[in-house]
Amino acid sequence: MPDTSPLPEPSRLARIRAMLWLAVGVALVLAMAAMLIRAQSQDTPSGNHAEWFGGPFTLSAPDGRTVTERTLAGKPYAIFFGFTRCPDVCPTSLSRMARLRSQLGADGMKFEIVFVSVDPGHDSAADVGRYVALFGTPIIGLTGTEAQLAQIKKGFGVYSAKSPLPGGDYTIDHTATIYLMTATGRFAGTIAYDEPDATALQKLRRLVA
Amino acid sequence: MFRHTFVTAALIAVAAAASAHSYRAGSLTIQHPWSRETAPGQAVGGGFMTIVNRGGADDRLLSGTSPVAAEVQIHTMSMDGGVMRMRQVTDGIAVPAKGTLALKPGGYHIMFMGLKRPLKRGERIPVTLRFQRAGAVTLQVAVQPVTSTGPEEGGHAGH
Repeated sequence: MPDTSPLPEPSRLARIRAMLWLAVGVALVLAMAAMLIRAQSQDTPSGNHAEWFGGPFTLSAPDGRTVTERTLAGKPYAIFFGFTRCPDVCPTSLSRMARLRSQLGADGMKFEIVFVSVDPGHDSAADVGRYVALFGTPIIGLTGTEAQLAQIKKGFGVYSAKSPLPGGDYTIDHTATIYLMTATGRFAGTIAYDEPDATALQKLRRLVA
Repeated sequence: MFRHTFVTAALIAVAAAASAHSYRAGSLTIQHPWSRETAPGQAVGGGFMTIVNRGGADDRLLSGTSPVAAEVQIHTMSMDGGVMRMRQVTDGIAVPAKGTLALKPGGYHIMFMGLKRPLKRGERIPVTLRFQRAGAVTLQVAVQPVTSTGPEEGGHAGH
């Protein structure tokens, strides 16, 4: 009856304790390594991170055309996610991109500004087209089905979620970061919502260089 | 015809920009209420202004109404780890005694919910705000280009 042995003797306990500590140590080392790798991939967008970032996606343009990552290839672009009923961060960010574009002079038209609505329940592609037309500079307005949007959100690591408002309506919490992509569809960096114009301009200059 | 409309619109815009507008209610002064033009189908719009309380007692912005919207709500916006979150404020916002409440992009604002028509650049839309102490005050909100980041008449034109 080998399995009915009583409580483990002290030496066995010590061994178990040692093994547990070893496991903790290994876990710590692994976690640190993972953090280092992550930090590195964020510092150098040309690393592996840039290869899969954005990923394949399929969306619809206001004129009914299908737009994919391949359609956008050939010209760098700045992509931002929001919804047309967003009263604040979306118009602020899109106007800012329009302003930065004009500050870049001739280089301003060397990249596209892309706005993706993550509110398919309210925004048709045509609605997005009418919305982006307000900003006085060419902006590619896109949206898609829930499944298509889930795909692109995953590719860019974008968070968005409906938040109900009293009265049955809703608003949408969403990532307000602008993502910069090269002409070959590689991740080239981000512009944060509260980032100064000066650094944002530098990033755009680098993008179109 | 088109040109004429454009010139008229430009004149109205200039006139609107030239006449700084502010409103008084009790010890409150509401300065430069403004909004952004909206696209057809957009259905909501934000309203921004500065409310100065010269009195010795706290007041509170409680609610609002407007004939152009089904509802006027008070909202707050916050950025949390790069994520924008907007929430309705149901218990009002304080206008501190001898203090100022700024409704501005990136923070508190009023929201026109269920716009009955798009807001056009250059027009003014009536809004009635209700305060706990100062009571109701009707003001005309200036509709500015969507690219605005502040009131044009305040000298911070957003273009």
